[in-house]
Amino acid sequence: MTKYIAKRILMALLTLFIITFVLFVLIRIMPGNPFPVERMSAEMIAQKRLELGLDKPILEQFADYLKLLASGSFGNGTSLYNGAPIKPILIKCLENSFKIGVLSILFGTVVGMLIGIVAAMHKGKFLDGLCTVISILGVCIPSYVFMIFLQYFFSYKIPFFPYFFDSSRFLFSSIMPALSLSLLAISIIARFTRNEMVEVMNSDYVKLAEAKGLYGWELIRKHILRNALIPIVTVIAPLVVDLLTGAMVIEKIYGINGVGKLMVDAIAGQGVDYNYVLALGIVFSAMYICAMLVLDILYGIIDPRISLTAKDG
Amino acid sequence: MEKIYTPQKEDFEFIEGRNINVDTNFASQGYWRGVFVHFTKNKFAMTGVFLVAVIMIFAIFAPMFSSYAYDEIISVTDTSGKEIVAKALEPQFAGGAENLFADKTFIFGTDDVGRDLWTRTWQGARVSLIIAFVAIFIDMLIGTSYGLISGFFGGAVDNILQRFIEIAGSIPTLVIISILAIFMDKGIGLVIAALLITEWIGMSKIARAECLKLKEREYVLASRTLGAGSFHIIFTQILPNTIGPIITQVMFSIPVAIFTEAFLSFVGVGIVLPQCSIGSLIEAGFGNITILPYQILPPITVLAILMLGFNLIGDGFREALAPKLENM
Repeated sequence: MTKYIAKRILMALLTLFIITFVLFVLIRIMPGNPFPVERMSAEMIAQKRLELGLDKPILEQFADYLKLLASGSFGNGTSLYNGAPIKPILIKCLENSFKIGVLSILFGTVVGMLIGIVAAMHKGKFLDGLCTVISILGVCIPSYVFMIFLQYFFSYKIPFFPYFFDSSRFLFSSIMPALSLSLLAISIIARFTRNEMVEVMNSDYVKLAEAKGLYGWELIRKHILRNALIPIVTVIAPLVVDLLTGAMVIEKIYGINGVGKLMVDAIAGQGVDYNYVLALGIVFSAMYICAMLVLDILYGIIDPRISLTAKDG
Repeated sequence: MEKIYTPQKEDFEFIEGRNINVDTNFASQGYWRGVFVHFTKNKFAMTGVFLVAVIMIFAIFAPMFSSYAYDEIISVTDTSGKEIVAKALEPQFAGGAENLFADKTFIFGTDDVGRDLWTRTWQGARVSLIIAFVAIFIDMLIGTSYGLISGFFGGAVDNILQRFIEIAGSIPTLVIISILAIFMDKGIGLVIAALLITEWIGMSKIARAECLKLKEREYVLASRTLGAGSFHIIFTQILPNTIGPIITQVMFSIPVAIFTEAFLSFVGVGIVLPQCSIGSLIEAGFGNITILPYQILPPITVLAILMLGFNLIGDGFREALAPKLENM
């Protein structure tokens, strides 16, 4: 098991390194230059290039950048208006996004599983149908559309929640964004939980357990849920990624200072801020790879059978 | 000795009026015939087909038969010779008395520049659908070929191709989009490129899995014995048998593509004005939601119906390809 984990971590680090390299090279070889030509003279640009080390060979620049990364810094912003160090801004934004993200994943998983369990226990009855409708709605309505509705009705029509994000009342104002972000998670997890549970419930060992006299919650927790959990864990991984994408728009709508908003500002603003794009690209990729890694290891813990096959792989 | 039964004339007539149970599940019918029967019997799938068909008919014909162009700013000249633009009008039908635009019909109203939202909504649906179809079609070609080649040759080829996918697959879509946004101008090209780079991976995984199953079959061996080359086997023997799962994947990719387009345009790296798509219309509507809430409703409804329709079709198709016993 330890060997397997070590191997996965090594692979993840290698992947991250390659991604960093590709991102760096892509951003450096791109046509055009990062400075506004109409506002800067040729000498000013040349001087700025020298200052930023843009005239060195590309591999040397990459080595410099790796040194920067190793020292825990992402360098400065490239834009003339915001040349401040990226790290403090990034950390603050990450914190906001992370809190809301965790909140919505937690909420989505718990509610989704509850709905799924209820549906599976009432298979073929009214509650089952209701759960199907909920899960279909969640897939068809993008999270930001739901957010727009929530904001319109509960902040504007009925001014209960703040219209824009209010960091002084963090938990209270994260309810709406977290709720709308978890919509997709709820529907997908509910559907999966239901299908998996129905399948496990029909299996021989559950019938045996029932024959031995187990029933109710005890049966669900010990025999059904644990075996139904594995496929559910597999769907959470892509959800984390969808969450990043969804968060980007929701942060824009609700005015949250998060990584998504930072990214939108960096690419859709006046000029593209290359160092921000690079830093955010590395952070996003790292988060994604980490999520995948954690999930791979989690499979092994939930289902000990997997570690057996991992030995030869 | 018993009398031998002599067949009567009635014995050779068809039995009518009696209820004969015809087994459709295990009937001797072709593969695709079976898929078709199962698909059309599924009420949800047929609802999906209906919803998508309605939206597509409107997307094709509504802009054609509309009295305004999608980028036309509508205005009238009033009695004093001043030009008045039909800015931000609520949905109205012909017949208003004092209204300057009494003779005109705006089913969904007009936007804040004075363009007809009815035309723009369907034009937007058209653009979004075209983007989705084009991108997913090319994705299908790339992904399927990649997966089939990787699965068929195996060994070193498979290893290299799969490591590449592993790394390409662990770059989040957002990062790819942001890099593209640097290289390319905003617009349809950017959206299609983003979809091309991200969506083929899932397609290739499915094609590879199918290929691994199929390449051990006897008919492949037979073909090989008769002297067929590898690419001949891949594309004429294996490909036709992988089409089912691939079409299912396509059906699920189309809503993803529509959603990605809407998302990109909403964020501001997608479609540029005066062109429009579902996403850019939602974005415009969102900007005015507190003053003119009617503007956001049509694009959102169209988006939701499209997502619902394609998801239902995809589900129905998946079930039709591998019918479960309990559904029979």
